Amino acid sequence: MTAHPPRAPRRSFACIAALVLAAPLAAQTSLTQPPPLGAPAELRLPAVQLAKLPNGITLRLVEMHEVPLVQITLRINGGARLDGDLAGLATFTANMLDEGAGTRDAFGIAAQAAYLGADLSTAADWDHLYVSLNTPKRTLAEGLDLLADLALRPTFKATDVARERDLRLAQIIQQRDQPNPTASLAFNAITFPAGHPDHRPANGDSSSTAQLDSLAVRRFYQRLARPDQAEFVISGDITIAEAKREIAARFGRWIPDRMARLRPPVAPAVAPPAQRTVYLVDKPGAAQSVIMIGAPGVLRANPDYAAIEVMNTILGGSFSSRLNQNLRETKGYSYGAGSSFAWRPLPGPFVARSAVRSDVTDSSLVEFFKELNAIRDAPVSEIELDRARNYIALALPGQFETTGQMADQIGELLDFGLPTSWFTTYLRQVGAVTAADVQRVARRYIDPARVHVVVVWDVEKIRSGMRGPDVGAACMRPLHAAPTCGPYMRPLHAAPTCGPCMRPLHAAPTCGPRRPIAVQCSTGHPCPRPSPGLPLMRDAPTGMLAR
Amino acid sequence: MIPFRACGWGLALVFATAASLAAQAPSLTAPVTVDTVANGLTVIVHEDQSVPVAAVNIWYHVGSGDEKAGRTGFAHLFEHLMFMGSEYAEYPTFDRMLEAAGANNNGSTTEDRTNYYEWGPSNALALMLWLEADRMGGLLPVMTGGKVDLRRDVVKNERRQSSENQPYGLATETILALLYPAGHPYSWPVIGSMTDLSAASLGDVQDFFRSHYVPNNATLVVAGAVKTSEVLRLAGEYFGHIPRGPALPRATAEAARLARDTSGVLEERVQAARLYYVWPTVKDQADDAAALNLLAYLLSGEKNSRLTQAMAYEDQSASGVFAFQDGKRLAGDFWIVATARPGKGLPELQGTLAPELNRLTNDGPTARELDQAKNSTEANLLRQLETVNEKADQLNSYFVRTGTADGFAAELSRYRAVTAADIQRVAKRYLQAPRVMLSVVPQGHPELAATPTQVTP
Repeated sequence: MTAHPPRAPRRSFACIAALVLAAPLAAQTSLTQPPPLGAPAELRLPAVQLAKLPNGITLRLVEMHEVPLVQITLRINGGARLDGDLAGLATFTANMLDEGAGTRDAFGIAAQAAYLGADLSTAADWDHLYVSLNTPKRTLAEGLDLLADLALRPTFKATDVARERDLRLAQIIQQRDQPNPTASLAFNAITFPAGHPDHRPANGDSSSTAQLDSLAVRRFYQRLARPDQAEFVISGDITIAEAKREIAARFGRWIPDRMARLRPPVAPAVAPPAQRTVYLVDKPGAAQSVIMIGAPGVLRANPDYAAIEVMNTILGGSFSSRLNQNLRETKGYSYGAGSSFAWRPLPGPFVARSAVRSDVTDSSLVEFFKELNAIRDAPVSEIELDRARNYIALALPGQFETTGQMADQIGELLDFGLPTSWFTTYLRQVGAVTAADVQRVARRYIDPARVHVVVVWDVEKIRSGMRGPDVGAACMRPLHAAPTCGPYMRPLHAAPTCGPCMRPLHAAPTCGPRRPIAVQCSTGHPCPRPSPGLPLMRDAPTGMLAR
Repeated sequence: MIPFRACGWGLALVFATAASLAAQAPSLTAPVTVDTVANGLTVIVHEDQSVPVAAVNIWYHVGSGDEKAGRTGFAHLFEHLMFMGSEYAEYPTFDRMLEAAGANNNGSTTEDRTNYYEWGPSNALALMLWLEADRMGGLLPVMTGGKVDLRRDVVKNERRQSSENQPYGLATETILALLYPAGHPYSWPVIGSMTDLSAASLGDVQDFFRSHYVPNNATLVVAGAVKTSEVLRLAGEYFGHIPRGPALPRATAEAARLARDTSGVLEERVQAARLYYVWPTVKDQADDAAALNLLAYLLSGEKNSRLTQAMAYEDQSASGVFAFQDGKRLAGDFWIVATARPGKGLPELQGTLAPELNRLTNDGPTARELDQAKNSTEANLLRQLETVNEKADQLNSYFVRTGTADGFAAELSRYRAVTAADIQRVAKRYLQAPRVMLSVVPQGHPELAATPTQVTP
């Protein structure tokens, strides 16, 4: 079965474009007037081709022949939501897959992958476990052999498990030095009730990690990794026939384990706090205060999704957004401020965040709440609205450029059970969002009176200077009371600055403006500090709004 | 290498036909057309019609290495000021127009250069070029002291966020001051000091702009779904009126030479001690640069690399180790950074590190190890061809550093030519020499610091 390539309806695009064309369509080049934009290209997505193997494995593939690279991601349903009492089990299990598989140990796997020029990585998020291969076309067969070893024949040797467990324990301790992860840890523990999977870090804490052993990991993976729960997402210089042949040769005889598959527990309902509460997390010596303001968020399967995205782009999802304009550009309190809704199968949180100069922590909170209220209290201007709609819609075609981006986009459709035609639908919905819609969804999904506020700061430095802004009751949390977690989670195809801990040769790290949540290493090694040779960016990731 | 020379419009030196990449046999290349505007601005165009996106990337040949003493951090502060509006695109038009076109932008500063770039739908190409031209031609008429003050605050926040509020965040600048002699352009960090940032004035901004932000001190790359002729025409129309500036010799400096081992200890609020070894080496594009880059990979590029295997896996003294060669325009340095497991002292790490380094130096890498390092390098080069934004920056980088924009294949051949004996030779020559050693230890635990060593040339 082949899906039709979706086409952006000309009319909606033209409509969006017309809003951009404020400048006159001057034929003569002018140095004093910005040039008019030509008509934007249509969103032309290549077909997502589908195939199924007899044992239930689904293949989804997009051909991209510009660069001789192939990206293959094996997605297995089930991630950290299945951890049960052993927080961190899924991410740790993913981490163990390339520490020994088939006849190779960790060194043999790494050596072979790199020899092939392949990037081989493993990861788990809340809902999936992933094994990914990005390889030059000419080493595809050998790369797939490795991927099959990892997925089908992991060894989980007791000594390997103990070694990686000890490394993770060390990293959990070291993470206390990092203000942003410290804030996130506290925020999640506060926002989600005990018993909710998001209450504890997906990477586990010291006590759960200490309990990890070979048996637990092996049992978990046996029940998780089943062909009927597996899908391959493939993009790059390959055809569906070739992919089907190569994958069938390696995964065709994969049969489900006799044990029943794991099913995620029903997560308890999450409510926003009855009243706004400020939690102060002491970090002695902190040079800045990290602020996180938020509440349980929204289900992605929501008719307001497009309106929420437009609203958030205006509030804190772009460089010109109100939060960044206020806290960075106008006040100079910060290097960047932003907001986001985390879209996951379960509602992720809405968060607004920044790192601010310590002595303006209180003033920064005042500005945050000013903006959180303003987007509810008055309709946004047509100019802001147009800019946000265009920023989302016109940038979309550029988000299918690399094999990794393509795989991510297909993964997003799969995550939420959306058809390929969804992108076209989304463009139409974005184009139709009105100022009244923006105000409506702001009122509905952001309630500044019912949020958690986490501030990671130096209590000693601030105590005298905090003038007690009227942001609610303050309650103090000691730094290490919150469960801590190690730096294992990372989005697939994470940024090169932090992926394999090797600096790309002469490559400037790309610092895209809208990269979500801070990228963290999964390689078991600490991310290097920026070396003297790494350029300073005008706008670097703040953990939320990256620019 | 074809020597680059200025030529008039319509006489473009075509190095390669920029046919659609989609139709080409896959190879490590991004064909370009190179031309020069009469005022000295170099323009490089690479067509890639695969996705309807375009990238504009401009390098000004100035960085923190060109700063004056007492004004460290100025090149980067100036980079921020370039976003504060220009003659016909007053603040905050720049960001707003680009966002309204679905485009993104950013800029960055190193010791040697400052870049600015936009990427987005290809129909925004003219807008991107117009905005870059307006700020190259007309930054000063709208520059004010108030703008300088506001950017100064933001950059100070950047320094807090990226250095002062990060564990080990002050190690790099501590090392640079020990590695390079006082006054050397690489002896201070790109971000600069708070004191110097405070001292920067509107007059400094005006002088810096007039000296460095001139068309003959810049190279412009456009990559993506564009027509070469159209790009050249637009570049001429938008940038052509900007007057050529005075020729400006770049800063010069000797490579660093250490007479003896230099040690330092920083006590910080960290959970684990970290060890830094840093040696003066060679600058970018020097004969030994590729071998030093491969040496870094052999030490820490993968799990099976020598130091990672020995320290993070076998004796588990470290939670991670990372080596790299940092070759810059005037000089280079080689870093090994190893983080101890919490509670462990750095002498234990030294005890594993030194013999591993000696073993690689004395016996050399195996053929398979070296091939792995080279293959990995090749695949990384291939991945740089995936986005027009990254290609544009790479093309600019190769052009500025080597004189040939499409330098991907040449870069690879430099790596392919390195032998095991080269690895041994550079390890011996550069790493068996005086170095800077810095220990960062948890506060109150100086006993965890590394044992000072005595290597003299």
